[in-house]
Amino acid sequence: MAAAVRLVARRVAAAVLVLWGAASCAFFILQLVPGDPVNAIVGSDAMVGAEQRDAIRRQYGLDQPLFDQYVGYLRHVVHGELGDSYQLQQPVSAVLSHQLPPTAELTFWTALSAILGAVLVTILTSGRSQRPRRISTVVELVIISTPSFWLGIMLLTVFSFRLGWLPVSDSGDGRSLILPVVTLALPMAALLTQVMREGLLTAMEEPFVLSARARGLAEHTVRSRHALRHAALPALTLAGWFTGTLLGGAVVVENVFARPGIGRITLQAVRDRDLPVVQGVVLLSAVVFVVISAVVETLYVAVDPRLRRGTGVRAA
Amino acid sequence: MTATSDRTNTAPPPLLDVTGLNVRFDDGPTPVHAVRDASFSLNAGRCLALVGESGSGKSVLARSLLGLAGPDATVTADQLRIAGYDARSFGPREWRAVRGRRIGLVAQDALTALDPVRPVGREIAEPLLAHHIVPRRAVRARVLELLDRVGMPEPGARAKDRPHQLSGGQRQRALIASALAADPDTLIADEPTTALDASVQARILRLLGELTRDGMALLLISHDLTVVEALADEVAVVQDGRIVESGPTARVLEAPRHVCTRKLLAAVTGARRRTALPPGPATGGTPLLQVTDVVRTFQESRGVRRTAVDGVSFSLRDGEALGLVGESGSGKSTLARMVLGLLEPDAGSVRLAGEPWSAVPERDRRRRRHALQLVPQDPLSSFDPRWPVARVIGEALAAAGRPRRDRAALTRALLERVGLSPEHVTYSPRALSGGQRQRVALARALASGPRLLVCDEPVSALDVTAQAQVLDLLRKLRAELGLATLFVSHDLTALRGVCERVMVMHDGRIVESGPVAEVFAAPRHPYTRALLEAVPRRLRAVRHPKAPLRLADAAEPAQGRL
Repeated sequence: MAAAVRLVARRVAAAVLVLWGAASCAFFILQLVPGDPVNAIVGSDAMVGAEQRDAIRRQYGLDQPLFDQYVGYLRHVVHGELGDSYQLQQPVSAVLSHQLPPTAELTFWTALSAILGAVLVTILTSGRSQRPRRISTVVELVIISTPSFWLGIMLLTVFSFRLGWLPVSDSGDGRSLILPVVTLALPMAALLTQVMREGLLTAMEEPFVLSARARGLAEHTVRSRHALRHAALPALTLAGWFTGTLLGGAVVVENVFARPGIGRITLQAVRDRDLPVVQGVVLLSAVVFVVISAVVETLYVAVDPRLRRGTGVRAA
Repeated sequence: MTATSDRTNTAPPPLLDVTGLNVRFDDGPTPVHAVRDASFSLNAGRCLALVGESGSGKSVLARSLLGLAGPDATVTADQLRIAGYDARSFGPREWRAVRGRRIGLVAQDALTALDPVRPVGREIAEPLLAHHIVPRRAVRARVLELLDRVGMPEPGARAKDRPHQLSGGQRQRALIASALAADPDTLIADEPTTALDASVQARILRLLGELTRDGMALLLISHDLTVVEALADEVAVVQDGRIVESGPTARVLEAPRHVCTRKLLAAVTGARRRTALPPGPATGGTPLLQVTDVVRTFQESRGVRRTAVDGVSFSLRDGEALGLVGESGSGKSTLARMVLGLLEPDAGSVRLAGEPWSAVPERDRRRRRHALQLVPQDPLSSFDPRWPVARVIGEALAAAGRPRRDRAALTRALLERVGLSPEHVTYSPRALSGGQRQRVALARALASGPRLLVCDEPVSALDVTAQAQVLDLLRKLRAELGLATLFVSHDLTALRGVCERVMVMHDGRIVESGPVAEVFAAPRHPYTRALLEAVPRRLRAVRHPKAPLRLADAAEPAQGRL
């Protein structure tokens, strides 16, 4: 019991360290961006006098020494305040919480369909006959090497403009989700398939697969019940990383399909030097990755119980 | 094909009836004819043993009886009848109906033959579900029943364990239970006792003996004639895919006709004529290795402290060979690791060549490490799989500080010293046989010019002929180079031929030690006696009380007195 508490405490401490690192990096790197942040606040072509500029500077605390700004920023972050957006005239936390749901929705369906698709293709193409595997490998390679904006535009051209089956941009109903999800899920599924099939074919050579076959199991049962689990570990890492990047904002796809979301707001904030929003997005990404890596590690142990502490490796 | 109808009048047809079986692998870079014209039959309650060196094709033969010879294999036969059905016309569905239900397979090495990530109970349940043996809700009860039948202690708790949480013997029992689950009438057991401790071996063999007595037909595959003698009614000796000799076990083992059979018999360690041991070790002076009262404990999970090594002392002189024997878990690996300086003793000391070896910083140890080398149990896993032999040995030479320009010549010299040819430098270790790999491991150990070799079960993963060759090589190297050897093993017979002295280790203590002949002839400690009695040869008396121990008497009189 005490060991479990210590383990959790160590993980939480590590997570805090990661978040502090991300917050600090975001803060200092954005200081290097040339130009006066006041310009970003008032807008580039506004005519503002020097006095007003000083007032704005004081209001946002930009007149203090850098170190004080940093400490103040950290203090705010600890209290959950991410500051106000320079441009959108609302708190960053409100901006993020407003933009997160569409992104989360996109991420969820993308990850789900990519993983299901990859598992299905892996099982179907890892049989004894070589042909489906060869065809699939070529298709996967083409998909992986296609830039996602181009894939998105092609899908739009075919399914929305030519055939008119699906809406061009976000129309609020579920159908507008299909094309963006496909655009994002295809390359993810292709990569996952390649990793998983490699692992599956290796696992099919293992002696326990012979045992399983010798029990009279059908070939697809052997593949899905025994071998797939052994192929899942590297794919799990990859899927976790994908999901993390998606939650941090699918910048290109959200723009191509004109969907609201973190990616779109990030692009806008970077373009307009809306530093508090950019810092907020960086922090959000860090939180997402900390959470996802914890989830992935838990899944690891579920998939391969040998990784559980205290039961596996013996002393000598 | 009227044979079956003729036989039904007199006796039940054999469960396996094979004539002219051929298995070919033609698709690979070099076509292989793995099984050539094999014929045999097997009846209920009988045991047929296929014996032969590794690579002789016996495993492929067994797998082809399950239709699992592999996608590249071409299987042809004049007759291949399984439980009366002609298996030559089987499609995938018919084969699946045979696998597990008619023929159960106990594959080689239970640790890898069971899925490492699933509880063994679910593995045992699989054939029950695949063949619809019992209704789904009765599966658990049947699994426990099966575990109980194979003698697993605490079936309820063990069913939830994964293979790595079980001991070697328990794993083997679980694997046998999974093969028995769908109630087949034939069992194929591929090397069922290899890599098990002697006493565990004896218990597994007893279990298999009981199964045949209850009417199971057993096809036993082994390279170990002591196992075969204990179980088989008939023996078929396989060489290069061909059955070169077959007949009743007693006849084949007593009056072998084929040279291959004689070679296998001769290779049974301990039953061989022994070459003279190298001249005795030098006496006087400081011992090369001096271990004094070492203790080592480990923190187990749930805070329990376990004492793995408890107050062990011994010394070893230049040129001397000492055997350390004990079952797994007796602490012999921990002791070996302390000797190697990989583990610090909690108390006591280790001295090498008169200087402190334990409790000194690794920096001081490193420059003296060349004096002792490890020969690992499984050489293959100790090699980088992508390195050819030249690089494996070259690295050891580099670590020993040999200049780059000399290394190629030194590598060739080392390979010749261990009985390999210089051409082997370009080989990948995977392409070598088990015995050759162990020779490469020896060459690597010799690269630094050591005075002491620590051999951790150096032959337990090899088949008997390769075992004999590697043991001969070890003897020869000792004689030529005056090497001291610490020989760690669970196999008493392997130690006999190479060591002057043995120490028997049990629960972290040395319970008995002395000259090898004395310990073998008159073991004083009950544990030593138990270890010696566990040698499978004794089992024949258990199964056939009237049959005298003829092989033992004829080949090794000393063994008969044990």
